[in-house]
Amino acid sequence: MKNILILGAGTSGTMMANHLRPKLKKDQWNITIVDQYRTHYYQPGFLFLPFDIYTEDQVKKVGKKFIPKGVNYIQKKIEKIIPTENKVELEDETLSYDILIIATGSKIAPEEVEGMKGKNWHKNVFDFYTYEGSLALRNKLREWEGGKLVVHLTEMPIKCPVAPLEFAFLADSYFTKKGMRDKVDLTYVTPLSGAFTKAKSSESLGYLLKEKNIKLETDFAIESVDNDGNKIIDYGGREIEYDLLVTIPTNMGDEVIERSGMGDDLNFIPTHHNTLQSLEHENVFIIGDATNIPASKAGSVAHFEAETLTDNILLYIDGKPLKEEFDGHANCFIETGHNKALLIDFNYKQEPVEGTFPFPVVGPLKLLKESVFNHWGKLAFRWIYWNMLLKGIAIPFISRNMSTKGKKIN
Amino acid sequence: MEAVLAGIKVMVTDDGYLTDFSQWNEDIAREIAKNEGIEMTDRHWEVIKWIQEQVKAGNPLSVRGIKKSGVLDIKEFYALFPGGPLKLSTKIAGVPKPKSCI
Repeated sequence: MKNILILGAGTSGTMMANHLRPKLKKDQWNITIVDQYRTHYYQPGFLFLPFDIYTEDQVKKVGKKFIPKGVNYIQKKIEKIIPTENKVELEDETLSYDILIIATGSKIAPEEVEGMKGKNWHKNVFDFYTYEGSLALRNKLREWEGGKLVVHLTEMPIKCPVAPLEFAFLADSYFTKKGMRDKVDLTYVTPLSGAFTKAKSSESLGYLLKEKNIKLETDFAIESVDNDGNKIIDYGGREIEYDLLVTIPTNMGDEVIERSGMGDDLNFIPTHHNTLQSLEHENVFIIGDATNIPASKAGSVAHFEAETLTDNILLYIDGKPLKEEFDGHANCFIETGHNKALLIDFNYKQEPVEGTFPFPVVGPLKLLKESVFNHWGKLAFRWIYWNMLLKGIAIPFISRNMSTKGKKIN
Repeated sequence: MEAVLAGIKVMVTDDGYLTDFSQWNEDIAREIAKNEGIEMTDRHWEVIKWIQEQVKAGNPLSVRGIKKSGVLDIKEFYALFPGGPLKLSTKIAGVPKPKSCI
């Protein structure tokens, strides 16, 4: 018997277990998946939870439910990966593997910025990238009476790079509905040169901040959070005051990657951009947020990666050359508030452009333009996630590689 | 779009970043810097070289990353490229500015 070991039962790991089990003979290959946590979260829901659009129950389920029969599920902490010995140490046992799939994801590291995880953490300084943060923020917003709301992004790369902007848009919508928008001074703070940094997006979407009366502070590289003065301070000495700070802290790969000496400065693992094979160990593959590839850290990206990676693992088992196929394809709905959303579809080389999706002319979804239909698409996606995506079921008409059909490319 | 820098025709984005690094040279860098009010010194060149190496290696750039670079500290980075050090230094280095997905 040979062993495939999957580390992490989040979006990517769960998908890989579902893809691989039916394709590998049970009398030849064991598949084992390890994750220390019992709960599987629908992370895109963390954007909606603070605004009472989703409930707690809609964003979490027991992870084991999504692991297919015939896959060995171990709920234990991973201590160390030892790729030179093809071994992984768990809290109380050591597993050997023939093929390792690392899907340990990324998470927030607020301790990277001085004062961020200080005395006001989850009091008037919040994240919404964790279940706890998102829920605490919901409770805060329910009773908040207004003031300066600062939505802030620490540094790239982050999971779901559009989420902070979506949060600002949804906040505008939320306070408008509550009849208190005039009491909220809303500012978006980014380390980048603008809220939109790509040419076509700036052109098509530049109006959004103005329309929603959201102030913009660019090129802000945060050095510290001042919990007494309630302000964020950047390395150049700029200060921005807040009453309520919603921040996206630095995102990093899991500590097990650091303990195993396998990652870069941010614990992301050097990975081949197109095959998803480790650059250091040929029987190690990386998927999802754990990689260092320059694609968005998003569920759709993991979904497209999973299709390529499944093929590549089968090719690797057969001793054949891997497909250099993955193109950085991402497909993301972006909430703009007031029951509208945008859709973007892009890859390593092609920036988001206007057009229709997935079919030319008829759409029905519009690319890089606000529509109610896109908003329904985003809400429908929760069902698709739990019922199709995690189970590795292909989503109709949406191919793993980005299609140029329907896109207005120059 | 096309622009002329240091007497050479180059392709740049709307906000003046080179789109093809192979067109970059030190004269072009000097002219971009001058347009941004920066006079290049040896320290500037060291930073530019480091940034180019990072981009070539596929490492994401951030101001915080500068702290770990061993090349300079963040205070000096701001002093060399006042205002938006990452935005300015990448422009002079002929590499894309740090971007999000939209």
